[in-house]
Amino acid sequence: MSHESTYKPGTAIERWLDKRLPIVRLGYDSFIDFPTPKNLNYWWTFGGILTVCLVIQILTGVIIAMHYTPHVDLAFDSVQHFKRDVNFGWLIQPIHANGASMFFVAVYIHMFRGLYYGSYKAPREILWILGVVIFLLMMATAFMGYVLPWGQMSLWGATVITSLFGAIPYAGDSIKTLLWGGFAVDNPTLNRFFSLHYLLPFAIAGVVVMHIWALHVSGNNNPTGLDVKSKKDTVPFHPYYTVKDGFAMAVFLTMFAIFVFYMPDSLGHPDNYIKANPVVTPAHIVPEWYFLPFYAMLRAITFDLPFIPARLGGVIVMFSSILILFILPWLDTSKVRSMRYRPIAQLWFVIFVFNSLFLGWLGGQPAEGVYVKLSQFATAYYFAFFLLILPILGLIEKPRPMPKSIADSVLKKPKPDTQKSELAASGT
Amino acid sequence: MMKLHKKLFLLALLALLPVGIMGNAAMAAGGKAKKLPHNHWHFKGLLGTYDKEAVQRGFQVYSEVCSNCHGVEQLSFRNLGQVGGPFYLDECPAGFPESLDCSNPNENPYVKQIAAEYKFQVTDGPDEAGDMFERPALTSDRIPGPYANDNQARSINNGALPPDLSLIISARHHGPDYVKSLLTGYKEAPETVNVAPGQYYNEYYPGDMSLLIKDEYRDEEGHILKTVDVPYGGVFAMVPPLFDGVVDYADEEIPETVDQYAADVVEFLAWAADPKLQQRKKLGMMSIIYLLILSGLLYLSYREIWSKEH
Amino acid sequence: MAVDKLDDNKNPAHSGDPINGEEPSRRDFIHLLAGATAAVGAAGVVWPMISQMNPDASVLALSSVEVDLADIPVGAAIKVIWQKKPVFIRRRTEAEISEAENTRLADVQDTDARNENLDGAQAEDVNRRFKAEWMIVVGVCTHLGCIPLGTDDGDTRGDFNGWFCPCHGSHYDISGRIRKGPAPENLLVPPYEFLTDTRIKIG
Repeated sequence: MSHESTYKPGTAIERWLDKRLPIVRLGYDSFIDFPTPKNLNYWWTFGGILTVCLVIQILTGVIIAMHYTPHVDLAFDSVQHFKRDVNFGWLIQPIHANGASMFFVAVYIHMFRGLYYGSYKAPREILWILGVVIFLLMMATAFMGYVLPWGQMSLWGATVITSLFGAIPYAGDSIKTLLWGGFAVDNPTLNRFFSLHYLLPFAIAGVVVMHIWALHVSGNNNPTGLDVKSKKDTVPFHPYYTVKDGFAMAVFLTMFAIFVFYMPDSLGHPDNYIKANPVVTPAHIVPEWYFLPFYAMLRAITFDLPFIPARLGGVIVMFSSILILFILPWLDTSKVRSMRYRPIAQLWFVIFVFNSLFLGWLGGQPAEGVYVKLSQFATAYYFAFFLLILPILGLIEKPRPMPKSIADSVLKKPKPDTQKSELAASGT
Repeated sequence: MMKLHKKLFLLALLALLPVGIMGNAAMAAGGKAKKLPHNHWHFKGLLGTYDKEAVQRGFQVYSEVCSNCHGVEQLSFRNLGQVGGPFYLDECPAGFPESLDCSNPNENPYVKQIAAEYKFQVTDGPDEAGDMFERPALTSDRIPGPYANDNQARSINNGALPPDLSLIISARHHGPDYVKSLLTGYKEAPETVNVAPGQYYNEYYPGDMSLLIKDEYRDEEGHILKTVDVPYGGVFAMVPPLFDGVVDYADEEIPETVDQYAADVVEFLAWAADPKLQQRKKLGMMSIIYLLILSGLLYLSYREIWSKEH
Repeated sequence: MAVDKLDDNKNPAHSGDPINGEEPSRRDFIHLLAGATAAVGAAGVVWPMISQMNPDASVLALSSVEVDLADIPVGAAIKVIWQKKPVFIRRRTEAEISEAENTRLADVQDTDARNENLDGAQAEDVNRRFKAEWMIVVGVCTHLGCIPLGTDDGDTRGDFNGWFCPCHGSHYDISGRIRKGPAPENLLVPPYEFLTDTRIKIG
């Protein structure tokens, strides 16, 4: 859906620049006159919100790095120094810490939206895959960032997660030692995590550029999943979506501010206010909330399989739960993009969302008794959704009648009761 | 039909966030300590700030009692005189020269006096001869603790390390209620348990009392008899620190009881853990009002632009 | 109804629609207001991000230092550190004092006293100290920030028997005034006061 450029340089200077570096044209065509489906709902505002999240994290992170000391003896105190003595440190530190959580709230909504409306299907496979790459980089960045304050959860979270690599057959121990730069998580580990935590956000920014590039080649998906057919289906990105995204961002930032100012510690763990102590492990090691579903799947595998001991099995399952997203475009066999017209898929999708939340809750429970069984059940559903439900459903499900075009679907908005009859009418 | 799914979808996504909080709360509920009673704290709530006089009294309790075993390493004396601190002064009291800026914590006369007269001196140096030396504290110094290092602390306390208190309120689930309950929760241990000398029973300490049940309450295989309840709490090495009248308050109106001391010292420790709470809440109010206005304006602008489309 | 709206959209002259005659100004106003409010917020966010680079509270807390002068013999000098910079404290001999006091203002390159304790005074020696015996100056050359020689035993003290900056050859006299070389200003006299006869507080 690449469109003809409509940029017309107004002044002599703009014409001069446009001939040499058409950067204004690029911006104009990408964010001003970009034809965008006119029926995007609020779930589509999270792309813009995520960009804002990334910018906030990078800005506050660069500032914190000006005051932070990556050394096991000084890291904890340097964070306290930043919060207590540095001008506005008390504001910037909770923005960065809670910003990570907000980033994940937004990215999960963004991903569920893509899943529901089939935004991963042709021709947007690469767009989706780049998104999964961003998600992986985000997880790595967040994990390493959580280690930097060097509290008890930092140290022991790092120990547990890096020990996962110890499950790899034969090379496990060597890989672990390589990651640590020693015989335990220690100063070399902290230093390299700091270095990588500073680097990866810029890698994310690079992939984000590709993600947006891919988006601008295929154009936005939309709630109907229909392709754009004529100019009637679209509106220019500016001002229609700049202002809509702007409004959604302001609402999102309001929620963000409530966390930063009134409950800055509610998403963290009290143990991280205790300095890291290499000889005392906290009673319960819990990852940050956004890792809990994956943590639950890791712990769900308590049984040995042929050739695969339980510990390795858990690691494989956890990484597979993310890697499976890479092949999702080829697992879903349905010709219909949007689940809006797939009533049965909708039902399984809603169960999938609740199942994911349930996994998150299970990840916070002790790994014993009934919780293990429940985790195994929920993990099974997670994989079944991708490996069984989506492939089979696409072949047997009879979709609802669809409107002829995006413009048609918009015209039938007004009332829910008329909606149904009109939908039926448009199907005939 | 479709509407219903939409609503479920929305609901599910909105539920994302609380799950994180629930996960943490669920951990807090674990353990076998007695359920914490809820206290009213002056610093909770949307506009709550520290009760300055309570923080002052709490500092007195800390420096007369707690500081014998616990440090507050994140605090400097100057913090006592900064905005929101217990000895902050808008302007100098009568009798001080006009050139003095008492709102500057480093020139605050109370803070200077507290630092100069503090029970522990600061180790400074090395001097010209290469030796370390002791000197009275200045406002810029960290508040000195009772021990030179952790090993000294352990050797003096039979191997137990008294934790630093500057972040203790943040470092415990329900910190204020927990610390207050712990300070007031010492009890005679129940009949059914053995408490070793040098250990003290506390209903609110997160421990496991089932290990301490006496042999006469167990069957031959060592299982605890069904008729015996395992008591709440645990045992630990902290001597009950407070008793009525141990600290002499200048204000005659304030009761000199364990309960009052505990409440005051929690107020001080809460301030020590989060000294910028006042600034944060104030800026938060302004920021959120601003963001609501901005959201409203952007919504109107959005409606105006889209009115042509739908 | 819906079709009408679509047509409306197609009409480029919508803003001039006679039915909504008053609309354009109201509409522009709300966009302007929203944009301006967002801009104010963005500007407000910039301040904390810049201010965080200013000296923090722990740095400011070290902004004064007390020095005991009793042990400094006549004719000797010491260096102390104030705000991370050296401060030269010289106990001058009678001869040095009279030399400093007898220097004519016309011979001095910079006639401003550069004394933090005395605003706008002239560079006579009397305006650069509290007590004739004690010359106290910030030991940072006013040219490009090097530390002048002349405090430690065996240092060269320059052509004017005060301090000499080796970086670009600035000569200061026994009152810390620039007499020769590229430095534009006299050595700064820091804010200080005598707490007792032999004890000063700098800053």
